[in-house]
Amino acid sequence: MTIHVKFFASLREKMGHAELTLSSAASAADVWAQSTDSATPPDNMLVAINLEYAQLDDAVHEGDEVAFFPPVTGG
Amino acid sequence: MATRILDQTFDPWHAFAQHQQSHAEANKFGATATFVGTMRDFNDEDTVQSMLLEHYPEMTARYLEQLEQDARQRWDLLACLIIHRVGDIHPNDPIVAIACWSAHRRAALDACAWLIETLKHQAPFWKKEMRQQGAYWVEKNTEG
Repeated sequence: MTIHVKFFASLREKMGHAELTLSSAASAADVWAQSTDSATPPDNMLVAINLEYAQLDDAVHEGDEVAFFPPVTGG
Repeated sequence: MATRILDQTFDPWHAFAQHQQSHAEANKFGATATFVGTMRDFNDEDTVQSMLLEHYPEMTARYLEQLEQDARQRWDLLACLIIHRVGDIHPNDPIVAIACWSAHRRAALDACAWLIETLKHQAPFWKKEMRQQGAYWVEKNTEG
């Protein structure tokens, strides 16, 4: 089982890397915990699973791409 | 789909004119509403020298297409164009350009306003400003 994890913008800089892979995870919260040594997620952090906005307690599956990023500021 | 993400500067007015002129139903257009967002050289009382616009490429592409589809479902649009910059941006450069064409003004105006507000709050782009006092990630949209 492989979960692809991505970080963007200020979160990418804080993590020190843009992506990593995990061998297994139950939820987006579990992905975050495994990727950050169980750091407290920022209050305003957004989560996407397979390019769709998601919640931290949403389940993840084999091959999913899970992304964490700060509030969006385009336009 | 008429959505584009560009890593080089562009001329929004030329893009609007070109899109209109090349459109098969241009003779039915009765109204064009446009929005162009350009880079300011100030924010929070500091000077902004340049900006890096980062995005989540696969998700932004999908999101802009979804926005166009949603706007076309909600309003009676004949055409729609959404262009967004990424990469290094300098003051006075266009960041985003949106145009909506319809037979009558209300659909074009309302769809254009909805598109820019929804894009700003949902499309995964992030601005990093290079200010006089250092680099700064913008983490909040202005009120409007």
